[in-house]
Amino acid sequence: MTPLNTKLLRDLNSLKGQVLTIALVVACGIASYVTMRSTWSSLYESKDTYFERYRFADLFVSLKRAPESLVPSIEAIPGVHRVYSRVVTVATVPMPELTEVARAYLVSLPSNGEPTLNGVYLRSGRFPRRGRENEAVVVESFAKAHGLVAGDSIPVVVNSRLRNVRVVGIGLSPEYVFLGGVGDFVPDDKQIAVLWMQRDVLAPAFEMDGAFNNVALALQPGADEKAVMRQLDLLLEPYGGLGTIPREKQVSDFLLNGELAQLEQMATVVPGIFLAVAAFLLNIVLSRLILLQRQQIAALKALGYTTGQVTVHYLQLAFVIVALGSLLGLAFGAWMGGGLTNLYGTYFRFPTLVFRITARVAIVGVGVSFLAAGIGAITSVLQVTSLSPAEAMRPAAPARYRRGLLDRLGISWLFGVSSMMVMRELRRRPLRLVLSSIGIAAAVGIMVVGRFSTDSMDNLIDVIFHQEQRGDLTVAFLNPQPVGVEHELELLPGVLDAEGLRVVPVRLRSGPRWRESAISGLPTPSRLRGLVDRNGHTTTLPEKGLVMSAKLAEILAVKVGDAVEAEVREGKRPVLALPIVALIDDSFGLQAYMNIDDLHRRLHQELSISLVQLRVDPTQLDELRRRLKKMPTVAQVTVKAVVVERFKGKSAETMRVTTLVLSFFGAIIAIGVVYNNARVALSMRARDLASLRVLGFSQREVTGILLGELAVQMIVGIPLGLLLGNYWCHALMNTNDPETFRFALHVSSQTYAFAALVAIGAAVVSALLVRRKLSRQDLIEVLKTRE
Amino acid sequence: MGRVVLLAKGVTKTYQMGDVQVRALQDVDAKLCEGEFLVFLGASGSGKSTLLNILGGLDSATSGQVHFRDTDLSYAGDYELTQYRRKHVGFVFQFYNLIPSLTAKENVALVTEIAEDPLDPAEALELVGLGARVDHFPAQLSGGEQQRVAIARAVAKRPSILLCDEPTGALDFQTGLVVLQVIERINRELGAATAVITHNAPIAAMADRVITLADGRVTSDVKNESRMPPEELSW
Repeated sequence: MTPLNTKLLRDLNSLKGQVLTIALVVACGIASYVTMRSTWSSLYESKDTYFERYRFADLFVSLKRAPESLVPSIEAIPGVHRVYSRVVTVATVPMPELTEVARAYLVSLPSNGEPTLNGVYLRSGRFPRRGRENEAVVVESFAKAHGLVAGDSIPVVVNSRLRNVRVVGIGLSPEYVFLGGVGDFVPDDKQIAVLWMQRDVLAPAFEMDGAFNNVALALQPGADEKAVMRQLDLLLEPYGGLGTIPREKQVSDFLLNGELAQLEQMATVVPGIFLAVAAFLLNIVLSRLILLQRQQIAALKALGYTTGQVTVHYLQLAFVIVALGSLLGLAFGAWMGGGLTNLYGTYFRFPTLVFRITARVAIVGVGVSFLAAGIGAITSVLQVTSLSPAEAMRPAAPARYRRGLLDRLGISWLFGVSSMMVMRELRRRPLRLVLSSIGIAAAVGIMVVGRFSTDSMDNLIDVIFHQEQRGDLTVAFLNPQPVGVEHELELLPGVLDAEGLRVVPVRLRSGPRWRESAISGLPTPSRLRGLVDRNGHTTTLPEKGLVMSAKLAEILAVKVGDAVEAEVREGKRPVLALPIVALIDDSFGLQAYMNIDDLHRRLHQELSISLVQLRVDPTQLDELRRRLKKMPTVAQVTVKAVVVERFKGKSAETMRVTTLVLSFFGAIIAIGVVYNNARVALSMRARDLASLRVLGFSQREVTGILLGELAVQMIVGIPLGLLLGNYWCHALMNTNDPETFRFALHVSSQTYAFAALVAIGAAVVSALLVRRKLSRQDLIEVLKTRE
Repeated sequence: MGRVVLLAKGVTKTYQMGDVQVRALQDVDAKLCEGEFLVFLGASGSGKSTLLNILGGLDSATSGQVHFRDTDLSYAGDYELTQYRRKHVGFVFQFYNLIPSLTAKENVALVTEIAEDPLDPAEALELVGLGARVDHFPAQLSGGEQQRVAIARAVAKRPSILLCDEPTGALDFQTGLVVLQVIERINRELGAATAVITHNAPIAAMADRVITLADGRVTSDVKNESRMPPEELSW
């Protein structure tokens, strides 16, 4: 072993506190990058493999009824590769243990083999056999929620007839990765099912013999999707076609892509911040560490070592630290990534979800850290070696301190000599103050980011479930009901107030632009449904005309005073021209509202109700739910408290983990900055401080001078960090799909307090460590060794 | 007296120290011959350390010329100066400048690693009377011992020139004497041209020649009749 290598090992050993704290910062940067990027790429790859193997279709159309003989005409459309016609319908599943009935999609399976598109992955069991009346493959989420296995039976109301359906298999399909509609943001696995049954069984029950009501298409590579959609719409129009839906607008895939896109954004923004912060800290901390060895560097140069050799020596020091951090970071990243992927696995229903760290992710994470360390080490060594060895070997020229504002004002004595020492030191090295404060700010900012999702969720719950939906319970009917239904419900036990509304599914169009939406017809004024904007202001619904989400107006390129076409998607499917009378800058989805009377007038319909909101006496809730289950017209009952609980429960775990991890990282960064700064300051000023001790200053006073500088860095860094955190939260909010979520940023004062307190805690720990070091210093030794 | 090894002509050095411009050397001429023992004598601030640093290639002159044998060091770059120090110059500093994380032997090995035909580190330490303390860290050695390690480190490369900057400055009399004896013996036995800087006038008696500096100028350059053995010195 060469003497330089021996020096390297001993230096690493004597600097172990600093080595460890810096390595941990590097590890955090790499771990977050590896975790998030790898989770994203693992999910993405799993999805692609799944969709390809199970032949997920490119286009989907629902229609009323078309004869099977139409299929060749669809196949003949240029660009179409494969056509798969089927019967898809809905049913209710009155599971005995549920207070409310569950909903189910019934999807036909061909009698001759597997579906040619939208294949079903069988987790267990088998497909239904031909000629067996009531056999079904049940979607895995529903089966799990109810503990169903092959061989069990469930009650299914198929076209008003109760059937006992035997579960023969448990399956998954790319079509139903997410179950539930847009806006139904916390679907309850117990409440929604998919049953795949033989077409021979389903068709007769829905009068679809020799006919189909749903068709999926695969396109040829390079086909003109828009052209195919136009021709398909024309072809299916006479058969009640509801318009072709491309894959990216298919409900499940739309939600899946939204989630993946958001995860990708997160996986870019968050680790980007971490890696940048880690690189920045690594750079400044290493530079200071090396500058401390100024006299040793000079001695090596004086002995005849070249600048190159000295540089390599310090690069080795830096790289050992980074290598240690990289190993820790990769290991921690792999562990967390595995956990996070499994967590996502509970939302994304894929047959298999394999977590894999790609070489590229590992190389980028580790590479950035090495680069930052290398630049930090090289610039510092060059800074020292650019001096002549004679000059470098002398202790640095007496620093140029200047009289500050307080001196000039003649009031410096008010602060005492100790404070003046702190202030002059800061004045002399403003860049150090700035860099250190930025480091602390980064730590604080990361902790704000870690907790703000909890704040945002609380805010979201408040807006949606308290300000907008003021009822306790929502009853949805299978078909619109006459207005009298409100009064019927008011007579049920525990109902304090009932208010009906009508929801009409529409495609809103302005020229070539369109979006699927639904118009909610509300009474004016509404007691149980508020129109609330992002800032919590309530708007009153006008008596006439359409009110829509400002975002929807932006997408359709319309403004107040314009008219939009509403293509109604039910009944006789009229097309209405509706004047826009107001826009509402709301937080969620693409909404449209009208006065319920105005809506019916324009539909030329009698007043009817598709949904009733109830305010309920909580003590009688259970009795009410039992009564509602018995009503044959009721499709779905939603209890707000249950939804809120489920919503909180589902997000809570992810958020707890995120908050914990980010707070831990933030604390590590804070300690990394503060501890290393204090150690460097201690080494650089050891002689000054020892001299003060000799002059009779107490340990506490001397510590005060050393730590005073750190206190100023904290005082500057913490508010800066709160601002930075707020800015990063904005950046993260913008990763939400604006068509779904547009919540105003809300960061609670508790979050700010938490971030500041953790940073202060980290500073106190660092200060104690340095204080211990300071108290062990041998005064005579320090004074003796340097001139 | 042998050939001239080191020659300085008209050397001037100006420093910027903070806001102050300091003229450390002004038009200094000096030479060092093979095997010679030279003492630079001067008070604190006379410019002797500056001159030694320039002669040793640790620093460059603002103007003037420095020659090592046939090589002009006046305009040498970092690489040439590094090679010059590595091959030809041994340094001893007032504050030793040992690497605190390396033992005595390892500090010497620092030089023998990069030198051509060096002494064995243990041999070099034996030469300065520290054969028994090779595995001690600087912090475990007294000041005199640390300085002897520094000397061992300087001579281990068999330098043509040994430059010592106040080698006894941080030491008490007895310890200082031991260090001077070691330097004298090295000069005698290895034949390295030796220049010692001191503000301590009695030390000048052990030299072949004494150059006195004051305010950055050479005020005298005197040859001693004979070299007094260090053990007879007193101050």
